Amino acid sequence: MAWIRKHLLLFAALVVLGYLLIPNLIVAIFSFNKPRGRYNYEWNEFSIDAWLNPCGNPGICEALGLSLRIGFTASLVATILGTLVAFALGRHRFRGRSATNLLIFMPMATPEVVMGSSLLTLFVMAGIPSGAMNITIAHIMFCLSFVVVAVKARVSSLDPRLEEAAADLGATPLQTFLRVTLPLAAPGIAAGALLAFSLSFDDYIITNFNASPSSITFPMYVWGAAQRGTPVEIFVVGTVMFLLALFIVIIGQILSARRERQA
Amino acid sequence: MAENPSGDLRLVQLSKQFADFTACHPLDLTIPQGSFFALLGPSGCGKTTTLRMIAGLEEPTGGSIFIGDTDITHTKAYRRNVNTVFQSYALFPHMTIIENVAFGLKRRGDKEAMKKAQEALDLVELGHRAKQKPNQLSGGMQQRVALARALVNRPDVLLLDEPLGALDLKLRRQMQIELKRIQLDVGITFVHVTHDQEEAMTMADEVAVMNAGRLEQVGTPTELYDHPASTFVANFLGQSNLLTSRIVGDAGEGLLDVDCHGYPIRIAAAHVPAGVRDVFVGVRPEKLRIGHTGANQLTGTITDDSFTGVSTHYLVQLPWGFEVTVVQPNDGSPRAKVGEKVDISWDPGSEFVLDARQDEDAGLLDEEIRHG
Repeated sequence: MAWIRKHLLLFAALVVLGYLLIPNLIVAIFSFNKPRGRYNYEWNEFSIDAWLNPCGNPGICEALGLSLRIGFTASLVATILGTLVAFALGRHRFRGRSATNLLIFMPMATPEVVMGSSLLTLFVMAGIPSGAMNITIAHIMFCLSFVVVAVKARVSSLDPRLEEAAADLGATPLQTFLRVTLPLAAPGIAAGALLAFSLSFDDYIITNFNASPSSITFPMYVWGAAQRGTPVEIFVVGTVMFLLALFIVIIGQILSARRERQA
Repeated sequence: MAENPSGDLRLVQLSKQFADFTACHPLDLTIPQGSFFALLGPSGCGKTTTLRMIAGLEEPTGGSIFIGDTDITHTKAYRRNVNTVFQSYALFPHMTIIENVAFGLKRRGDKEAMKKAQEALDLVELGHRAKQKPNQLSGGMQQRVALARALVNRPDVLLLDEPLGALDLKLRRQMQIELKRIQLDVGITFVHVTHDQEEAMTMADEVAVMNAGRLEQVGTPTELYDHPASTFVANFLGQSNLLTSRIVGDAGEGLLDVDCHGYPIRIAAAHVPAGVRDVFVGVRPEKLRIGHTGANQLTGTITDDSFTGVSTHYLVQLPWGFEVTVVQPNDGSPRAKVGEKVDISWDPGSEFVLDARQDEDAGLLDEEIRHG
């Protein structure tokens, strides 16, 4: 009994971790499968064919490339705009500040289906043809709120006296921003950018509303492929994405651990 | 030792009006170059606002600031040769100690920034901590880093905003001595903002007492203590017994006859405000004696005594109900007991005299008023 009580927490933690990681593990395992039919749902035999030629399935790498491009553009623009908004909201008092504060949460609270369809309506009314540009614009919009939230939390916890101290020591406003404010806000900005990228990369519903046949993103490709079969290459890309994310998280942990040890 | 004697710091009719209140009424103040000057007052008296205007972190509503003959009223903070030690230290948490100290020098493109920063750190005895981050240092050390970071720039004026407020008593005393020593060493004008009257008096050459956005009095610590100009200064700097009295005549030899609730006493004529008859005769607790040693004598009953080691504090109730504090050194003389009837005395001239047309409780903390 005592042993169980002592290890219950560890056991619960392992169960939860397993629950979270088993899907990724299955994907990784099945990326080495050589399915019998078109559906990669049953283990057949080990093969590294898909790993050797991940672009083997027609359209998959084009879709992946498009998703990455949209993800980078959207998260870059959203991070820049969102950081500016966050500084404005966190640092300055102005008319309409509380209204802005509220409105910035709207995209987070609106159901994606509603947002996707209304955006399509807007683009059609404005006569803008569907495609990658519309998708990017839509992604920037919903990523923006997440960046604002992440950066604002960081900015409002910054001591404004640090900027005064920098000015007092002879730093021009630009030097103060580059050497004091920005480095201190950087963790929030990085978190916002990563969040924006993964949200953009991942999005299906809004993207699907605003896409054209020439702008198939990776999630759309997977969904479309699933109607006709599940190519192993999808599993490979999925595994690579997971490992990449894991790698970024580990690097982040190591960096912050080193900073802590110095600090 | 200051390489470029820059001149006195002068505030001319300097004022600051915020949307809903006046932080500083127009004030004139000259702070001599190379002096250790304290701005003393309770919180909210406008001393920090005044300091921030000198630093350039707050735009004055009116008036001007000069260093020597240069008008710096509208000079941006980053162009002023004035540095501040902030109350919270405001060290940059993402930089090492030495990067913090070198920050100001690097902004001016000083080629020897790192070397000078290291020397400044050595001066405050933290040279060996140069590579660490601010949060690895104790409060007292961070305080010294903040001081080094400001001093290394050799400012015309160094501003200190309650720099010792966050330290414990023992460390505070130690830093007071340290600060005074450094100021004498570098010869830079120090303007020190504090609400701690003891700190202001022990460190400063001159003290300006502020209250509710106005200057109450400016002078050396001795002047302020021995001859306060208002009840506020009398109560805020040390303890005072204020006896309501009326001047009744000239006693000759520079003395005046005074009626204190029916008891005749004498005071020195020298420091009596002109044209005033109703006065507060103020006597500091340590200038009162139990016994007949002084020419002025009053009788009272001891209502409380507290022994503090060096001295004993008595509360003596006078016939008309007013309680005075008497501090007696524990020099072997016999101690009085609670309930005992005693004579208290002092010599004319050891008192100060204030116009009675002002609030006698000004400058007391709420708690002190409640306890009489």
